[in-house]
Amino acid sequence: MKAKHQRLWLVVGALVALGGAGALAFSTLGEKATYFYAPSDLAKGPAPTDHIRLGGMVEKGSLQRNGATIHFVVTDMAKTVPVTYTGILPDLFREGQGVIAEGRIDPATGSFTADTILAKHDEKYMPPEVAGAMKKTGAVSSGG
Amino acid sequence: MHRYANPARFLRIARVATPIVTLLGLALTAAGLWIGLFASPPDYQQGESVRIMYVHVPAAWLGSGGYLSLAIASAAALIWRHPLATIAARAIAPAGAAFTAICLVSGSLWGKPTWGTYWVWDARLTSMLVLLFLYLGYLALSASEAEKGGEQRGAAILALVGVINLPIIKYSVEWWNTLHQGSSISVVNATSKIAPELLTPLLLSVAGFSFLFSAIVLMRMRAMLAQQRVDARSRRMAEALA
Repeated sequence: MKAKHQRLWLVVGALVALGGAGALAFSTLGEKATYFYAPSDLAKGPAPTDHIRLGGMVEKGSLQRNGATIHFVVTDMAKTVPVTYTGILPDLFREGQGVIAEGRIDPATGSFTADTILAKHDEKYMPPEVAGAMKKTGAVSSGG
Repeated sequence: MHRYANPARFLRIARVATPIVTLLGLALTAAGLWIGLFASPPDYQQGESVRIMYVHVPAAWLGSGGYLSLAIASAAALIWRHPLATIAARAIAPAGAAFTAICLVSGSLWGKPTWGTYWVWDARLTSMLVLLFLYLGYLALSASEAEKGGEQRGAAILALVGVINLPIIKYSVEWWNTLHQGSSISVVNATSKIAPELLTPLLLSVAGFSFLFSAIVLMRMRAMLAQQRVDARSRRMAEALA
């Protein structure tokens, strides 16, 4: 075997070993690298009492404004969590859109008090006229 | 493949290719950005801030694609010990780092109006920042090895180890819940969730940025080869005088 073939196999072998090590590390890391919990994740176990992030859709028709305080329901189409927030909202925050709320869940009532609200954008991009036409035919749900 | 790895042959081809690639890159980028910034509709949700995408997405693709080419060049340098491969790797790294930085900054500027924050530590944003650090680490290590006159084996190994970050960047939005949205474009299935009016300028600027990236790499490789010849000549002259 020539030296360059030896080096080729060495590099290939090292990359395979690296991939294996990476896969092991990531299988352990698992859900810890998740940025937010969905309502179903919270429903699975005992409610975490520390500061967490809750992500999902703002349920249609759930938004209530009471001065600077708003109430809405976060849903992942399986479970829901009621959220209360006081403060400034990002422009993209609206019913039927993705949202991430940072705050604490009250273990007694199961309601979530947020101190930060982030709007989550989806991967669809289109001009307003197209969205309007699709909304009419029911192909897209837009809260805007 | 090895035929083109001959530095003299490479220089002959690169001398012709550099102006063509540069002009193509400038023309396509200008067309993509013109349509993207002035002659395309806003997005139905994001409004005008969607236009940041025409810089952000090509920069992101070239930042990560550039790293893949850096790793391939480094593997070639390690296995076949070809000096042109090391030069290619060293030429790619600063361009890739610059595009990655553009991706991070433009994404951050888009995040504030859209998400309501400049930065979050979700899997996509964090892995992209790690990519920038990998580039910076490679640049520092290869510069110090070049100063010592070594073969740059350490830098090449660093580049290869960093490859593990590329699938993490790509699949971060599928493996974990992230604030960053999922992929809009699937190259494998040739599908896109971006309307054609917005996709056309995006693809134009992706093509333009790619040619510009190649132009930067060609220019840097030629400059580094010229520098090597200057160094070799001045060494010979110093020996002749001594």
